[in-house]
Amino acid sequence: MSKPYYDAADLRKFGKITEWSEELGNKFFDYYGKVFEEGALTAREKSLIALAVAHTEQCPYCIDAYTKDSLQRGVTKEEMMEAIHVGAAIKSGATLVHGVQMMNKVNKLDG
Amino acid sequence: MATATKSLKKQGSDLAQSNKQLEILSNGIFKNGELPTFKAKISETNQFPLKAKKLEILQINVGYMCNQVCDHCHVDAGPDRKEIMTRETMKQCLEVIKNTGAHTLDLTGGAPEMNPDFRWFVEEAAKAGIKDFIVRSNLTIIRANKKYYDLPEFFKKHNVHVVSSMPHWTRGKTDKQRGDGVFDKSIKALQELNAVGYGMPGSDLRLDLVYNPSGAFLPGDQSAMEKDFKKALMEDFGIEFHNLFAITNLPIARFLDFLIASENYEDYMYSLVEAYNPAAVANVMCTNTISISWDGYLFDCDFNQMLELPVNSKSKHISEFNEELLEGRNIVISQHCYGCTAGAGSSCQGVVA
Repeated sequence: MSKPYYDAADLRKFGKITEWSEELGNKFFDYYGKVFEEGALTAREKSLIALAVAHTEQCPYCIDAYTKDSLQRGVTKEEMMEAIHVGAAIKSGATLVHGVQMMNKVNKLDG
Repeated sequence: MATATKSLKKQGSDLAQSNKQLEILSNGIFKNGELPTFKAKISETNQFPLKAKKLEILQINVGYMCNQVCDHCHVDAGPDRKEIMTRETMKQCLEVIKNTGAHTLDLTGGAPEMNPDFRWFVEEAAKAGIKDFIVRSNLTIIRANKKYYDLPEFFKKHNVHVVSSMPHWTRGKTDKQRGDGVFDKSIKALQELNAVGYGMPGSDLRLDLVYNPSGAFLPGDQSAMEKDFKKALMEDFGIEFHNLFAITNLPIARFLDFLIASENYEDYMYSLVEAYNPAAVANVMCTNTISISWDGYLFDCDFNQMLELPVNSKSKHISEFNEELLEGRNIVISQHCYGCTAGAGSSCQGVVA
């Protein structure tokens, strides 16, 4: 039987990346931890941003992690879905705005 | 969710038996070494055996009967539970209350108000003049029947500190966990408590809320949650309260049943173990609390009471209560204890670290 490419339980092993490159791994996790601390933005706001980015990056581990993190911070499912729509809107907008480049090219080549 | 109308006991579920729950907590990932047992974990920081300090809190469970059947109830409480403390046992408790060095008396259940001798007990216990006299009220009981409508005034008369469960500031999340209509009734009850002075800024009539997560995840930061609760309850309903206690769901009784049925058990135990905080162990509530069951037996905490793990002491019953003997006793532990040491820790009074 073939194993699925992603295994949800692998998320628990994320910290192990330091074993093969300790200094860089530790620097990453220090930075990561600092980023998510309460700052000018609340930890709750950061969790929602992370959830939206997790979807645009289509990272299953991040989706699991920040869905749970959002729930822990009292975020409602309606707020979570709206955050994902923000990500989706930017993603589709980023595709469509390149339509202008296509139009420019057509106009140049074909009048 | 919140579809249950009967306790696990009434349903005849295996998980109504404490030995079955303890078996699950000792086997699987804890037996095959995937995760360390609680004993192994606290031994790493030389905190085993966990010892009781001076008694500060006397928590009395006056019965498992409740008007609600909440999804995650660690008591497996409900209308079908018939275990109720008798006046005779209450009298034995009063003797202890009069002489104890504890500064806090904490009445819990079930819905403690459903015990027919509840008011008599509160009146008598209040005479002992204990510094902090808590009643854990589920709020909806105040609106459940005419005979309970005057509870806010009754609490006020005896200067009772009211601590009430409120899983979320939105209707959907609250009703999902506690049953349809619970949110609206809770809001009404909170407004009535506010009306007699409970929870108001500067008021001595203490009203605190307890938040526990509605699913298989740990509570967020207590102070951030308190801010969110205060803002939402004030803006939407004009409600005031003093503090929010964020409490972790312990993997026992109905919450354990939910974790297993939803295939979240292993992940949840991983989350608890990963969030283990040795600093929380030092102040965990069993070290300064005695929990008394409806039939007068003594336990390290309400969770051990539900798991039928009695205190490790010669003083085992309220009729032979001996504070000196109980101090320094070894606390009885199992893997459920990880619930009280995760993150900032968890106790009936919220975070501990």
